[in-house]
Amino acid sequence: MTTMTQNQTMRDNSWLLTELPESVIEHDAARMPKWLADIRRSAFRQFTADGLPSAKQEKWRQINLRPIRETAFGLPADGATDVSEAEVVGHSLPFVDAVRLVFVNGRYAAELSDARAMPSGVTVQTIREALKSESTILETHLTKYVNADDDPFVSLNTALLDDGVVVHIEKNITCDTPIYLLCITTAADGPIITHPRNLIIAEDGAQATIVEDYVGTDGEVYLTNAVTELVVGEDAHLHHYLLERESDAAFNVSTLTAYHKTSSTLSSHTVLLGGALVRNNVNPIIDGEHCHSLLNGLYIGRGKQHIDNLMRVEHRKPNCESRQFYKGILTDESRGVFAGRIIVSRDAQKIDAVQSNQSLLLSEAARANSMPQLEIYADDVKCTHGATIGELDEEALFYLESRGLAEPQAKAMLVHAFAGESLERMNLPVVQEALLQMLTQRLPFTSAANV
Amino acid sequence: MTSTATTIEEYQRGGYKYGFVTDIEMDSLPPGLNEDVIRAISAKKNEPQWMTDWRLEAYQRWLKMDEPDWAFIDYPPIDFNSISYYAAPKSMDDGPKSLDEVDPKLRETYNKLGIPLEEQMMLAGVAVDAVFDSVSVATTFKEKLGEMGIVFCSITEAIQEHPELVKKYLGSVVPQNDNYYAALNSAVFTDGSFVFVPKGVKCPMDLSTYFRINARNTGQFERTLVIAEEGSSVSYLEGCTAPQRDENQLHAAVVELVALDDASIRYSTIQNWYPGDENGVGGIYNFVTKRGKCQGKRSHISWTQVETGSAITWKYPSCILLGDDSMGEFYSVAVTNNRQQADTGTKMIHIGKNTRSTIISKGISAGVSNNSYRGLVQINKGAHNARNYTQCDSMLMGDKCGAHTFPYIDVRNPTAHVEHEATTSKIGEDQMFYCTQRGLSEEDAISLIVNGFCKEVLQELPMEFAVEADKLLGISLEGSVG
Repeated sequence: MTTMTQNQTMRDNSWLLTELPESVIEHDAARMPKWLADIRRSAFRQFTADGLPSAKQEKWRQINLRPIRETAFGLPADGATDVSEAEVVGHSLPFVDAVRLVFVNGRYAAELSDARAMPSGVTVQTIREALKSESTILETHLTKYVNADDDPFVSLNTALLDDGVVVHIEKNITCDTPIYLLCITTAADGPIITHPRNLIIAEDGAQATIVEDYVGTDGEVYLTNAVTELVVGEDAHLHHYLLERESDAAFNVSTLTAYHKTSSTLSSHTVLLGGALVRNNVNPIIDGEHCHSLLNGLYIGRGKQHIDNLMRVEHRKPNCESRQFYKGILTDESRGVFAGRIIVSRDAQKIDAVQSNQSLLLSEAARANSMPQLEIYADDVKCTHGATIGELDEEALFYLESRGLAEPQAKAMLVHAFAGESLERMNLPVVQEALLQMLTQRLPFTSAANV
Repeated sequence: MTSTATTIEEYQRGGYKYGFVTDIEMDSLPPGLNEDVIRAISAKKNEPQWMTDWRLEAYQRWLKMDEPDWAFIDYPPIDFNSISYYAAPKSMDDGPKSLDEVDPKLRETYNKLGIPLEEQMMLAGVAVDAVFDSVSVATTFKEKLGEMGIVFCSITEAIQEHPELVKKYLGSVVPQNDNYYAALNSAVFTDGSFVFVPKGVKCPMDLSTYFRINARNTGQFERTLVIAEEGSSVSYLEGCTAPQRDENQLHAAVVELVALDDASIRYSTIQNWYPGDENGVGGIYNFVTKRGKCQGKRSHISWTQVETGSAITWKYPSCILLGDDSMGEFYSVAVTNNRQQADTGTKMIHIGKNTRSTIISKGISAGVSNNSYRGLVQINKGAHNARNYTQCDSMLMGDKCGAHTFPYIDVRNPTAHVEHEATTSKIGEDQMFYCTQRGLSEEDAISLIVNGFCKEVLQELPMEFAVEADKLLGISLEGSVG
């Protein structure tokens, strides 16, 4: 394949990921600084050496990547998008005060964004903007935290990284305005691959809330392969939300890596609703004492969806707490997978780690896998994990029905209560309310009752 | 915490108490593995042609397989051609006609191990099929059991005497190509036990086998087959100890259990193979495939294991719950110390309706050892109302060891209820303080706390074994931690 030119249509330049040509990354290299072009090249080499993961690899055992392997993807074309303001509003969560950055097919759409003035001490830029500025933040931090071992999708993201968001919150600044990234993918011309890359740095004592929201139009086939790196400084507190509402035919692979410094707090909330094949990687690296890391997740599968969660909580320093609460609701022929691992290093004493995965199976053909794992090398730790899988509690149903609720209403109430626990851990009412509405649309039985 | 450090050191210095070697002339095959070796083993055991063919078929399958590497263990590659696959005590050639004719040196060995082979055995009510390296040397109570229709003999004998049963069930639970070590075992197994309990018979005594690896450079490949017909029940005990060696010895056993309608099998193991010294030199590589098939309705299989030995343990006693209303249980205590590595657990495969399983696993790690629980609970589509409860607790002694838990849960039926709980902890300073201020020595306090930690498992063991397990835990954790 020869060098791609802007005039060629996307369909002429699609390839299987197993045959990704080097020209794809060289095409953009010209407008990038050398350090970044080098990083991309090295990641490309890594990706071509590793290839797409096979089911023989432990971390990929439960997911069948064949649909991704057999789809020929193209890069999104540069230039104007066909997404209207009205569509953006339709997709957007109803924030009143958020900074909204809209990406269409992985490219920043300034005309659709609402980048109001940020409080001083907060910088929100796209990667392309940041590369043009004097800022050295990207060069200092990009790719320094995320672990590409065993995960070719991370290498692939780095190899193709082109745009995304860089957020910098200066020391002791509290940013009350949520930073909302809305990523819309339209793939009307055929399958495309986007590779959003976000870098969020909260300096010591800083606080901020980031919401990543991935949406698409049902029926369209594309792959979103997103990577976000968070750095949570000393005493800093980051709230991170990931909402995955992709097209029902799309693939989404998201990787979140959070690097904790001393006394820092991360609250990560993940809600996975859309996509045919979804993989969600969350990896807090707790490299300071007295940290708190919360991983709160909710996934709802219907149709033939496959939703696969891989948590890896690394406790490297003593006296920290981590909490994983992942809940799955699976209907139709969907399948939900949770693999969580808590790793406590040799000298990380006095760790208090909890890992819980609960799955609700609501149909005969739904399937749930749970692998809550512990890898412990320190003796003075309190690590517990638990998993439950089953249908709705018959006694609870009976109780509600005995109080006069019809069966569908009673079931709806129980399913909502199950999901509600995840929503309650969030701190943004706008997100909570929007999610509640989405759940009402998606969950079974709920047409019968407005709970 | 200084006392902790001292006690750990004391523990680490504690020698292996069963490390003696019996000096008996061996009839061994030269090291190496090929079709001729397999034919030679088969010929030495005077096996029928179908058995030889079965072994060769397994060997061909083994050649095409790869050694598994997914377990959380680390060891240098095994050269399967440096192992001798057959060793029998020479004196067996004359064949002991009664207990008195058993080689005195052998009996002395067993006596050192405290195995009640003679009068004590009668008193203990235990029938022993003692396996010395590869050939069964003494089988007792055979006649008494025979009157009830129970067959308890070596697998070699069973192949001669009950070929129809062996043909029917051998490999029916663990197929030849089930895994690398099972395939190897199928090709080269030398001896093991065979139990058949006919319809409606409750075996009146616990059946017991002591295994012992003796000759240098010999792998021990036993094959055990236990069949419980409709409405029968049997309790089988297996204990293992091995003398001290500097070279790693390979142990790849296969145990198959079959329970028909309303049958019940309880299989208890105490595994105390030589674990290697404090530097990880020597010790047994224990790669074992144990699986029970609850084939009949309302059948019941229960595995109980106390694993304190071996340099490497790779063992997952499992239950296939095929029959409706069948039940599987797994109770395990695994202790690792020094440089021992254990990757052990169970698989519960629910296929029939209303099947239930319980998993209780207790792991204790000390020294610089790594102890992993790995288990699978699978509820298939047709397994309506299946229930599983799993609890795996780990205890760490010292800050250089590792305790890991890798459960796999796969549920394909919404009526299933699966619960998994796990905790990791150490012996609390407050617990130690409470015990010591009541006048218990530190040692006794640890022993008390550890026994409490393992109680749910130990109480599942038959009486004779519970006493030995208690002693073993005491020895293994001598002077450990607070």
